[in-house]
Amino acid sequence: MADPTRIRATAKDGGVNVKILMAHAMETGQRKDDAGKPIPAHYIQHVDVTWQGKVVLSANWGTAISKNPFLEFNFKGGKKGEKIQVMWTDNKGEKRTDEATIN
Amino acid sequence: MDQMRRNVLKAGAGASLFAALAAAGMLQPDAALAADWSKKAFGAKNLKDALDALGAGTPINSNDIVMTAPEIAENGAVVPIGAVSNIPGTESIAILIEKNPTALAANFDIPAGTEPAVSTRVKMAETSEIHVLVKAQGKYYRTKKEVKVTIGGCGG
Repeated sequence: MADPTRIRATAKDGGVNVKILMAHAMETGQRKDDAGKPIPAHYIQHVDVTWQGKVVLSANWGTAISKNPFLEFNFKGGKKGEKIQVMWTDNKGEKRTDEATIN
Repeated sequence: MDQMRRNVLKAGAGASLFAALAAAGMLQPDAALAADWSKKAFGAKNLKDALDALGAGTPINSNDIVMTAPEIAENGAVVPIGAVSNIPGTESIAILIEKNPTALAANFDIPAGTEPAVSTRVKMAETSEIHVLVKAQGKYYRTKKEVKVTIGGCGG
């Protein structure tokens, strides 16, 4: 099971700044192991960030996103104490959802 | 059909899911919904095919898209990219890396209420132009910038 996603959500100027760091190998499928065998691709394909049941950012990714993906964006609304959820799904069907409180 | 067969074979373990996705892509090549992960768009080997798969055709060059990217990336495995769209009605922002094995890196849907600005980190195989593609009110716009890479991010 993948490690937790680190989420920092900070309220400012009527909006919320969201910084996300996911724990994922983001293997491209282009690399070979020491024995010369190709390492199968394993990467996050879809990310949804929700706030109060509303999707505030939705992303589709290919293999070119760096290992342990970083993502930053801002959305309007959102107050201190409210929660946001970050959910990802990778190409092997693995999923992970994490929650953070806006502060 | 050959292309589709290769895609399915490549998908390996998740073959059935990918077959379904590829089939959906085949049925509506231009209308790949941004909400769905498009095998066709993300599997495209070059910039033109990726733009076609996204339904972007030939985007309009725009100065209203601001890309933040280093001139020189010492490590191609971690290249910070920021993209801000000042075009009204921005619906999505995509990042494409021309010389990567697959050009499309990311496609972000921007719902109303979310600022049309995202930052992330990408891998680059070699020195390449990076394109930021913005969809706004049904039209596609882009800006591009070359980033030099001293150590590639895909080989090792």
